[in-house]
Amino acid sequence: MTIDVIPFYLFGAIAVGASLLVIAQRSPIYSVLLLIASFGALSGLYVLLDAPFVAVIQIIVYAGAIMVLFLFVVMLLNAPHEEMEEDLAREAGPPRSASTGLKVFGAVLAVLFVVELVWALTRRGGESGAFGGASVTSVGAIGRSLFTDYAFAFEVTSVLILVAMVGAVVLAHREPVGGKAPWGEGAPRSGPGE
Amino acid sequence: MFMTPLLIAQLGLTLFVFIMLLNSAAVMVYVERKVAALLQQRMGPYLVGPKGLLQPIADVVKLMFKEELRPAAADRLLFALAPIISATAAIAAFAVVPFGAETTFFGLLDEPLRLQVADVNVAILVLFAIASMSVYGVVLAGWSSNSKYSLLGGLRSSAQMISYELSYGLALAGVLLLANSLSLSDVVDRQAGAWFHVIPRWHVFLQPIGFVVFMIAGIAETNRAPFDFPEAEQELVAGYHTEYSSMSFAMFFLAEYINMVTVSAVATDLFLGGWHGPFLPESMGWIWFLVKVGAILFFYVWMRWTLPRYRYDQLMAFGWKILLPIAVLNLIVTAAGVLYFGL
Amino acid sequence: MPTLSQYLVLSAILFAIGTAGVFVRRNVITILLSIEIMLNAVNLTFVAFGRAFGSSDGQIIVFFVMTVAAAEAAVGLAIVIALFRHRQSLDPDTFTLLKW
Repeated sequence: MTIDVIPFYLFGAIAVGASLLVIAQRSPIYSVLLLIASFGALSGLYVLLDAPFVAVIQIIVYAGAIMVLFLFVVMLLNAPHEEMEEDLAREAGPPRSASTGLKVFGAVLAVLFVVELVWALTRRGGESGAFGGASVTSVGAIGRSLFTDYAFAFEVTSVLILVAMVGAVVLAHREPVGGKAPWGEGAPRSGPGE
Repeated sequence: MFMTPLLIAQLGLTLFVFIMLLNSAAVMVYVERKVAALLQQRMGPYLVGPKGLLQPIADVVKLMFKEELRPAAADRLLFALAPIISATAAIAAFAVVPFGAETTFFGLLDEPLRLQVADVNVAILVLFAIASMSVYGVVLAGWSSNSKYSLLGGLRSSAQMISYELSYGLALAGVLLLANSLSLSDVVDRQAGAWFHVIPRWHVFLQPIGFVVFMIAGIAETNRAPFDFPEAEQELVAGYHTEYSSMSFAMFFLAEYINMVTVSAVATDLFLGGWHGPFLPESMGWIWFLVKVGAILFFYVWMRWTLPRYRYDQLMAFGWKILLPIAVLNLIVTAAGVLYFGL
Repeated sequence: MPTLSQYLVLSAILFAIGTAGVFVRRNVITILLSIEIMLNAVNLTFVAFGRAFGSSDGQIIVFFVMTVAAAEAAVGLAIVIALFRHRQSLDPDTFTLLKW
């Protein structure tokens, strides 16, 4: 065991531990924050794998954008407000936790899954050896490959993002109460001046 | 055994940068109040120390002696964690910013050491990544305080930050096209020398719109006027740091000023030629760096006390409908220029 | 230098954790988070194999997986918001109108 594997075990332990806590936490906000910690550990693992571009993109996209989106949604859906009493009457009650049987099922399933995947992935002796020679991945090489070999996938992905944006806006849209947006020229003015 | 002089120098440099950043926040407190006073034709701090120079120390001591309050319904862990995240992200962003040429500290070292904590070859992306992480300090502060001013301020402030990050990144991409490298040291090295021996070869002359976009996005990212609606006293009490007092408030304060310093340092490295300047030798280039960063910081303070602040919807409309298209156009024009003129 | 199989075991464990999360949790947002864990485990596998074979294809695929994950998270959360407005609950078992 050389000294090189210490960062791997450290980041791996953080990633696995944080992920376990994510699925075990009661409060969704803590789950989101723990998942950010897990993503940070994965980013460290990517750096160990000589992939600095993917590591930084993981922080920018996953931990910095997608998780912010999750955090916003959790805050908007859990925000305390003064009309709590009337909401409680309509509410279906606080989210139930899974029954013990379901938890046991989940744990057994996970263990079986791990055993099967580990068996399948480490079976052939050739691929389980140490890593090959020099890595080829500079950002320039990735960019060149992305825009030549994978250009079609790149363009399709941009259309996909556009579709997702439009879909998200349409799905989350709510009719304004008075038929007018709260800001803007059509807003009702109260009080002197603006 | 592995404590080579280079390693000791590197560790010493890291410690030096950390302490200097904290000092810079204190200096900025004084500069802000003094410059604001002079702009408003009054005296500013002048009692504490000669010309009020010890005012930051008085401020720090006052903040340390205040009582540390916490709302009863606040989420304890997140309430304590939010200022830590803000301050850590602010200080960590400076780790990849070079502020001087390679120097051997007057021959003490065997090989030259670049004045930079970490020379990463994806430094520009790392800056962007840490800027995305600083959103969490704000939004968690707003949420965990469990008060309406804080929550609104936190959500608005973080929405503003992630909106202006796009223009920030596109302005960075313009410089990236010119420099052909993601490493900040390479970007600065490319700006050495001068055209016709008169005009320095800075990127601001090749990318003026990019510079303006970067500065505007940087001001919006650091929640400074005229984009400081979420923390304006007249609007939302104090936004996301309403419920904080004493050292936690000091950490938010610190984070804001260090973010300003970092944005100024990055703008200097990317657009204003870093440490290259006319009369000094290369190894004393950090003096020029300080001069340029100081000029941009003065500009920051000047903007705050001159311009009225944007209303929140005007702010968001400006970021999305005006600044982002300009940044994209700048990128396209730069790409065309690099392609056809081989800059 | 850790071997390739160690990285694959780690990603297998992460994937299994994500799957268990999807089955066990009764909160729609946590289910979406578990899906993100699974996607990240797959990303790790791709990068590890890309490094083992010395090609940049692994990282490019990861780039696309991240983009698709972002799009899916955005649309998924929009659906969650729309559902919450309807039923005021985040429990997937309350959305039973289509059951017969």
